[in-house]
Amino acid sequence: MKTTNIMIVGVGGQGTLLASKVLGQLFLNEQYDVKVSEVHGMSQRGGSVVTYVRFGETCHSPVICEGEADFILSFEKLEAARYIRCLSPSGIVLTNDQEIAPMPVITGAAEYPHEILQDLSALGARVVSLDALALARQAGSVKAVNIVLLGKLSTFFTFSEEAWLAALEAVIPKKLFEMNRTAFLLGRSA
Amino acid sequence: MRKLMIGNEAVARGLYEAGCSVVSSYPGTPSTEITEFSAGYPEMYCEWAPNEKVAMEVVFGASLQGARSACCMKHVGLNVAADPLFTLSYTGVNGGIVICVADDPGMHSSQNEQDSRHYAKAAKVPMLEPSDSVEAKAFAKLAFELSESFDTPVFLRMCTRIAHAQCPVELEDRILPDKKPYVKQAEKYIMTPANAIRRHPVVEARTEKLREYAETAPINFIEGTGTKLGIITSGTCYQYVKEVFSGDPDIRILKLGMVHPLPDRMLTEFRASVDRCVVIEELDPCIEEHCRALGLSVEGKNLFPVLGEFNQTLVAKAFGKPVTAGPALSAQIPVRPPVMCAGCPHRGLFYVLSKLKLTVLGDIGCYTLGSANPLCAIDSTLCMGASVSGIHGFNKAGGPDTEKNTVCVIGDSTFMHSGMTGLVNIAYNDTKSTVIILDNSITGMTGHQQNPTTGYNIKGDPAAKVDLEALCHALGIPSVRVVDPYNLAECENVIREELAKDVASVIISRRPCALLKYVKAKPALTVDTSACKSCRRCMKLGCPAIHMTAGKAEIDPTLCVGCGVCSQLCAFGAIQGGEDK
Repeated sequence: MKTTNIMIVGVGGQGTLLASKVLGQLFLNEQYDVKVSEVHGMSQRGGSVVTYVRFGETCHSPVICEGEADFILSFEKLEAARYIRCLSPSGIVLTNDQEIAPMPVITGAAEYPHEILQDLSALGARVVSLDALALARQAGSVKAVNIVLLGKLSTFFTFSEEAWLAALEAVIPKKLFEMNRTAFLLGRSA
Repeated sequence: MRKLMIGNEAVARGLYEAGCSVVSSYPGTPSTEITEFSAGYPEMYCEWAPNEKVAMEVVFGASLQGARSACCMKHVGLNVAADPLFTLSYTGVNGGIVICVADDPGMHSSQNEQDSRHYAKAAKVPMLEPSDSVEAKAFAKLAFELSESFDTPVFLRMCTRIAHAQCPVELEDRILPDKKPYVKQAEKYIMTPANAIRRHPVVEARTEKLREYAETAPINFIEGTGTKLGIITSGTCYQYVKEVFSGDPDIRILKLGMVHPLPDRMLTEFRASVDRCVVIEELDPCIEEHCRALGLSVEGKNLFPVLGEFNQTLVAKAFGKPVTAGPALSAQIPVRPPVMCAGCPHRGLFYVLSKLKLTVLGDIGCYTLGSANPLCAIDSTLCMGASVSGIHGFNKAGGPDTEKNTVCVIGDSTFMHSGMTGLVNIAYNDTKSTVIILDNSITGMTGHQQNPTTGYNIKGDPAAKVDLEALCHALGIPSVRVVDPYNLAECENVIREELAKDVASVIISRRPCALLKYVKAKPALTVDTSACKSCRRCMKLGCPAIHMTAGKAEIDPTLCVGCGVCSQLCAFGAIQGGEDK
């Protein structure tokens, strides 16, 4: 079978690493070979962050290159655009429609391109966006944006809801599970 | 049991399974998690040492005592530990020693891109290099066996894409090695010239034995039977090669699990078995140059860069293979560099330094981000501790005028690591330097590790806490002051006063990292848009929680922690809340 490539992109501190952990756990539970590649350290301080998740029969490389991503799961609009070159011709961009101003925008050195998702669609990319922040709030915490997005991502796969929730339960601390379960289901039905 | 593990967790598991009982390290991306995961096993004693040199010497002592022990560091940390390393190679070991060193090709979180393999060759210490988490665990265990059978410390070389990449790993049990009592052996452990001169030939002979081992070691193996193209590779590059060439009948791969010493006969025979031979290695051409020295005709850096990380596309392109192009946006996407967090205690201090237009010698830590727009408050960053040593030289060469408008900044952990000796030099050799210790009560950049100033050890248990004020006094600094970096007026006054003094000073800017769990956020501040005059003065802080909306400042309530620094800047009282809420 072909390896499936998922890129998770966002802003340091948004919980991209946790999302990749859940995905990794799911694919492991489903008996696939898995590679998840993260970058820690400097870039985590509010910078642009990217995590690669790959699963299939055998995965060698830990990274995803230009034109290879079947999914770009983006926690912030601008970050979806930053990594759009990695999208495969049949790939899907699934993005939170939140805007987080990067420092050049804050200082006035650059403009935030508010219409960026239309630009991505104009390139022929299949773009799905949702207000994950609102759904996370509804679930009980703005920090659950990551799990809301996983919920939406789950609709593009044939794994059962139980399988997703089992992976979630294995990764999320017990006392936060119920809230995250709600967040996941809100994303899944969005 | 199969578990997904990053390479660093797998190394920790390998140390555990091998019966390692002492781990001493200094944090550094991408090596930090080896020690953090190790600390999760109660059977292993683990600690954060003040620096890598101390860590390696602790491990030397533990080895003398007969314990299997390990120290872990990033590539530049190995520079700090180089002094014990080169002679540890001479003494050899009693209990096995594994030195885990993590390189950072692409410099995700480092100040240089050095290749640790040079140290293996220079210090005559064998080096294993895993290519995924499975090998990371297996090689950690093998390293102990080699260490004890060849009487040498052994390197385990990681890199970012191994250290921080997860794959499924099969867990095994911990097996304790036989006890090795300490036996006094002056000729082996006391490296006076008379003894060391007799150890050097032992080291050379050991390298030859290890080279012989490498010829048949199972971790150096050949895959495929192709004869057209041979690829010699190791580590993460092996995975990229597999990604590109899997199933190609024309290819033969020599995968090296041991990158020092290299198997001369194996390399020579492999070269002879293929028409064309390419060495694929990140960073420096270590394997390639070795092949050339053997007289083998190989390619390598004519096709691949010495800079940065590789990937499957880069490998494919080097061999003229087609790659898929992704969609290309014509619009410029604003960059998103890392920034100091909202509520970061460093921000207020840097704002004052920037306002006073001081020259600021910087150091290694989160606060290096003070160099970025809009604060632009740092003039230099070299290595751990260099701010304190550097300001002394800067002021000696510049004279009294320079002393009045120059400071250096160094974090609490970095000061413990290698700032103290520079401070001694300031006192002893007399400059009126002003040193600012940014004491945020944690090692921040690497993800919150305890250090000797925090009062807690690696397990979070209470520990002796260095009294920074008393320490600086004891090192010979007459003037030591403490400021709260959330209080801009206080910071400015104290910095002005200390710069004006005719003695060396230390200013401790003390406020715990805003991300620490015990630091409770205050209610978010709000902007009274009718009072905001759009002067953008608050924007000079570079706080990620503040932006302009429709010409007025706006504070993001999900990011703001109510530190109140911006409200001190607003001349119109438009920013409300914070301290008094």
